[in-house]
Amino acid sequence: MNMITTAMVGTLESSDIQVTIEPKNEKGIEIVLKSSVEKQFGTQIRKVIKETLEALNVENAVVMAVDKGALDCTIKARVQCAAYRAAGIKDHYNWEV
Amino acid sequence: MERLRRTMMFLPGSNPGMVKDAYIYEADSLMFDLEDAVALSEKDSARFLVYNALKSIDYGTKELVVRINGLDSPHGHEDIEAMVRGGIHVIRLPKTETRQDILDVEAVIEDVEKRCGREVGSTKMMAAIESPLGVINAYDIACSSKRLIGIALGAEDYVTNLKTVRSADGIELLGARTQIVIAARAAGIYALDTVYSDVENEEGFKREVTLIKQLGFDGKSVINPRQIKPVHDIYAPTENEIKKAIAVKRAAKEAFERGLGVISLDGKMIDKPIVDRAERVLQLAEAVGLYKEAKADEK
Repeated sequence: MNMITTAMVGTLESSDIQVTIEPKNEKGIEIVLKSSVEKQFGTQIRKVIKETLEALNVENAVVMAVDKGALDCTIKARVQCAAYRAAGIKDHYNWEV
Repeated sequence: MERLRRTMMFLPGSNPGMVKDAYIYEADSLMFDLEDAVALSEKDSARFLVYNALKSIDYGTKELVVRINGLDSPHGHEDIEAMVRGGIHVIRLPKTETRQDILDVEAVIEDVEKRCGREVGSTKMMAAIESPLGVINAYDIACSSKRLIGIALGAEDYVTNLKTVRSADGIELLGARTQIVIAARAAGIYALDTVYSDVENEEGFKREVTLIKQLGFDGKSVINPRQIKPVHDIYAPTENEIKKAIAVKRAAKEAFERGLGVISLDGKMIDKPIVDRAERVLQLAEAVGLYKEAKADEK
């Protein structure tokens, strides 16, 4: 899935994570994470973001995430939605990823 | 045992905090809202959020309901696709006016069930009736599908269509409420009442719950966790009702064991509706933790 535009999903409310995805010319996924619990959960949050993008076949992207204590399922939901928006896809999502 | 649906708690599908914490609320059913509580620009993100929550959060024995956007919107089909795949128990259709509205949604649900390998018919439905036409067609709607577990009144749109406003005693809703309860009972499904929006007005809320219980409703939609306990308290049977129900149940059991066709208690004949009501009382008593005491009384 190609990222063709910048897309942001989520809020800065407690239990949420605001995810912004930007296209990237070079290969690879770059994650910039800000989290009040980064020391404790930073590795796990990055892992969820990376795995979610890999499942959607996103190979090149810059992800900026501001975490406010989101569950893994919330992180996954926000990343999926941001990736689809950044790819310009608005329906017929692949739900089984 | 029949499922209790005394309280159905609305949760905005776009709010991760509420979706995450919903399991702690004591409501009988949780209703994730993808419709009016979600801004048009966030329909997609709410759908992803509820889908992933369904896939990973254990909500225990609570019934999980989702209010989808109508099929006449650009969001309805994708809502159904995601929610059926996520394993939602009940899909609530807003603004239901005709039997066909139900059949159209059912066809989409069935298609998704077949494609994703879920048992056909496993996703249940409920219909919100929010217009005079829907009220007129309530029985036709209530009988439209085996998937339908209940019909609910949605009052805000309804009173607007009636060209009136909601009042403290709810007289403007009496016709719709009565029609919906009768239609639900005739079809053998649940009747659920509309929300009470003034969260601060606890007395007004209790009056309304008392009224809808008396009319025959199974329960009420709630919009704040604070509204859950008052509903359960009002639906809880009194000590006297529990004692009577135990006596009726015991008499019915004895009559059955002795092969008697007629049940009598204290010289009065007891017929099936009374036994059914007694069962319902004991079920409600059990739900609020009074049934163990009731069992102790029985000894």
